[in-house]
Amino acid sequence: MVDFIVGHFNYWVIITLMMTGLYVIISTGNLVKKLVGLGVFQTSVFQLYITLSKVAGGRPPIFDKLPGYGTETKYGAAVDPLLGVIYSNPLPHVLILTAIVVGVSTLAVGLALVVRIREAYGSIEGDDIDEAEYKIEIASS
Amino acid sequence: MNFIEMITNAGGGHLLANAPALVVAIPLIAGAVAVVLGHGKLAWVWSVLIALVTFGFSLILLQSVLGGETITYAMGNWPAPLGITYHIDALNALLISLVSAMALLALLYGWPMVEREIDPKKHAMFFGTFLLCVGGLIGVAIAGDAFNVFVFLEVSSISTYVLVAMGAQKNRQALTASFNYLILGTIGATFFVIGVGLLYMATGTLNMADISRILADSEGNRVVRAAFAFIVIGLGLKTAMFPLHTWLPNAYTFSPSMIGVFLASTATKVAFYILIRFLFSVFHAGASFETAMFDFVLAPMAMVAMIVCSVQASFQSDVRRLLAYSSVAQVGYMLLGLSLGTAAGLAAGLLHMFNHALMKGALFMAVGLAGLGLGITRVNELRGLGKTMPLVAAGLTVAGLSLIGVPLTAGFISKYYLVIAVLERGWWWAVVAIVVSSVLAIFYVGRMIEAMYLQNPPTPSAAHESDPPIQVRSPVLSMAALYVLVIGSVWFFFDPSLPKGLADTAAGLLIGGGGL
Amino acid sequence: MGLDVSFDIFIVIDLIIMSMLLVVGIALVRLNNLFAVVMLYGVYSLLAAIWFVSLDAVDVAFTEAAVGAGISTVLMLGAMLLTSREAKPTPALRRWLSLGVVGVTGMALFYATFDMPNFGDANSPANSYVGLQYMYDTITEVGVPNVVTAILASYRAFDTFGEVVVVLTAGLGVMLILGIGTTRTRDGESPQSGDETTQSAPPVTTVLATENHHIVLQVVAKILIPIIVLYALYVQFHGDYGPGGGFQAGVIFASAVILYSLIFGMDETRRAIPAKVVQFGTALGVLIFGGLGLVTIAMGGKFLDYDVLTAADPILGQHVGILIIEVGVLVTVASVMLSIYYGFAGRYRELKDQDW
Repeated sequence: MVDFIVGHFNYWVIITLMMTGLYVIISTGNLVKKLVGLGVFQTSVFQLYITLSKVAGGRPPIFDKLPGYGTETKYGAAVDPLLGVIYSNPLPHVLILTAIVVGVSTLAVGLALVVRIREAYGSIEGDDIDEAEYKIEIASS
Repeated sequence: MNFIEMITNAGGGHLLANAPALVVAIPLIAGAVAVVLGHGKLAWVWSVLIALVTFGFSLILLQSVLGGETITYAMGNWPAPLGITYHIDALNALLISLVSAMALLALLYGWPMVEREIDPKKHAMFFGTFLLCVGGLIGVAIAGDAFNVFVFLEVSSISTYVLVAMGAQKNRQALTASFNYLILGTIGATFFVIGVGLLYMATGTLNMADISRILADSEGNRVVRAAFAFIVIGLGLKTAMFPLHTWLPNAYTFSPSMIGVFLASTATKVAFYILIRFLFSVFHAGASFETAMFDFVLAPMAMVAMIVCSVQASFQSDVRRLLAYSSVAQVGYMLLGLSLGTAAGLAAGLLHMFNHALMKGALFMAVGLAGLGLGITRVNELRGLGKTMPLVAAGLTVAGLSLIGVPLTAGFISKYYLVIAVLERGWWWAVVAIVVSSVLAIFYVGRMIEAMYLQNPPTPSAAHESDPPIQVRSPVLSMAALYVLVIGSVWFFFDPSLPKGLADTAAGLLIGGGGL
Repeated sequence: MGLDVSFDIFIVIDLIIMSMLLVVGIALVRLNNLFAVVMLYGVYSLLAAIWFVSLDAVDVAFTEAAVGAGISTVLMLGAMLLTSREAKPTPALRRWLSLGVVGVTGMALFYATFDMPNFGDANSPANSYVGLQYMYDTITEVGVPNVVTAILASYRAFDTFGEVVVVLTAGLGVMLILGIGTTRTRDGESPQSGDETTQSAPPVTTVLATENHHIVLQVVAKILIPIIVLYALYVQFHGDYGPGGGFQAGVIFASAVILYSLIFGMDETRRAIPAKVVQFGTALGVLIFGGLGLVTIAMGGKFLDYDVLTAADPILGQHVGILIIEVGVLVTVASVMLSIYYGFAGRYRELKDQDW
């Protein structure tokens, strides 16, 4: 039971963090805060992947080895890198590297839109913008 | 151009063997090239050329999978599951042909609109972004790796947000439409990533065929079920599945005309495809939670969409918004076919996807032309179009009839097969929904036809009191692109063998052995 | 499975970081001052980066710190300065609706945790199948000690290609939406009304004027910038052996230029690196990366199959291939970061010292 709680506790924390981000996105009407929420949501998903890749007692998946394909190492001894050393799983790291960059790309486009929306409507509150459009719609019909 | 020569020298067979990679890489690389082609028209010519080449490659791929074969292509020659593989069969070959053909037609159609709607200094980047969007959509369609799907989904999505926002020069609402799309689209993509992460957690692999194999061997557990839910919701957002469709009407309404045409006929289709791929190939149709989801969530939502969004379409005064709501309703038809869980239903859904791309593309083109010629954006402004722009009005009418599903049009064929498939399952209430939705379609399409043919054209002074009357222009290439789709909408009534055959083959693969 | 002692210490560290993340998350929800919200986002990213180090994901930590805590926060601050500093509080109805949606979603995930493997489980499917295979194969097949780089740049190079295209898309997007800042006037369609930030003078490209009291900054910057660029190059070319690579190096390089522009002004920066060059650079990186793919096809291999680059020695081919695509990544990432900065900076109103 203790093993189960210790082994699953970080999932629960990460889920809470994800939902915090999602809550900010859905609840706030402020466009900048929405994007902050999106960032928190995505960063928390990254945490889910990375926590998954951790192997108990592991080290970062980088060999202490020169780039040759012989047996020399930094320390001059021939060591099989897979012998006696535990490494964490590299694949989720790669995926998340990609996802981080995708995330910042989305954010940049989103912020650019916010700046233009501010210039066009004089507000970055979703409710104010809807109201402005609604008034125009009423006036035109 | 050096590369192309080198490739040609490398020999035809080798070139064809690499077609799966090239069909994605060429538009993406060409998109980057377009950015540095400073001159607007040059960028357009370049894009048309690239779309043509891409279409050629997709036809080559289509040709090689017509008989139900599958092609697997290993990127970087790394075998799955270590590397990323592409997987091509009847289903996605049909889709990439559709996407590249629509890209070509949208480009041929779009130059006069782009010239008017987009700042000339931005033309090169605009066409560059468009090519990236095309490459992204094709990449999603042929990826055989779950995470690669996400990456290319984001290529296509981010470029779509940008392209939609380019409508801001016409109407500032394009900005908010794009922003809302960005928020909902990114939530969808993130849900998808959560789903893929959970699948990876359960199986240890990202290759879709591999995931499918491992899931088939194991009893589904809670992680897999949650992954399923997140993937369905994530892709549902991208597909504009009711009630996750709220981004769509404004995005279609306020985007530049050319982008409206392209999005309406491809974007949700690709998302729909990848949804099918996950539901039937990665997960296994027939798993209890999947059947329950089909019967109790997807099918009811599909029917609600078919009726509610058709009603909403009937009350729209903006023509493009009317068409956009109709699109959400039509997605309902496709989802209904899918939710039947049978080969017949799936084939009908796929066929409707194909036909809907043709007719909705044609409708958006016709409306765009009316807008270019007469500044028309509203349904009541269509009055007398039958006299002022007879060819455009005729095209709009034929495509509209196809949307209703009138005999002699392709829309009839797909609705016919859908009804047959629904009756096979004994879902008579779904037939009622189809009929009600079609009647509503008669109403909203009828409004346009009535305005075009039964009302007199406005005198210029009444319509635009302050503006000088706009000169009626009907660019030849745009008309040609429109009529390719209009004729297609009729042609595939008389000879539906190509899309029907592919849809049947694809559905057979999907239902039969998972299709991966 | 048994947990050994050294692992327990990591669990304590993890617990501390997690509780800090939770505190920051809750604060983010409750605050409406945008400046505070954005700064907390930076803190959140940094905490995440620290956690990633503790979880052995050093490459990810590096990127998260540079991109999440660095670039993202700067962009958000910039956008906030251009818009407004206060968010309206959420109406009660929407709060409850959102809570409902979030509750259902959270429960679905919580439900799934009961079948999830234990934290740190070496035998979980995720850690024992493909991920482990990379550890066995990398040295003989790719010959790069940093396995993350090997996967990123070779095994899953096509993902990375897509990623570079995403970055290009974002750069194009910002340039299309905001312009690249060559014009000083706003678009005609914007009505100038609203709160304090709009009634200001037309945007001026100089963020900080080169006034006399910045002389210290200028001297320090002149020393710092070459060092930063050098560090970027180190990160770029050391990516095979340690954490780092094109993305991180691109971001660092861009930040050197941004620092330059903060001290010496946008006009000076535009003279040093013209907008046209930046625009060309965004495309150039993708062309290098994609071009290599076409070359490998032309040389008889598959797309991005580096083995064919050198006839005799596939490992050398892998090295060459990785080197080239990392350069492509560097060029596009650095250029796009700059184009985004130019885009936003082109719309900055003048910032005076007393505004801070």
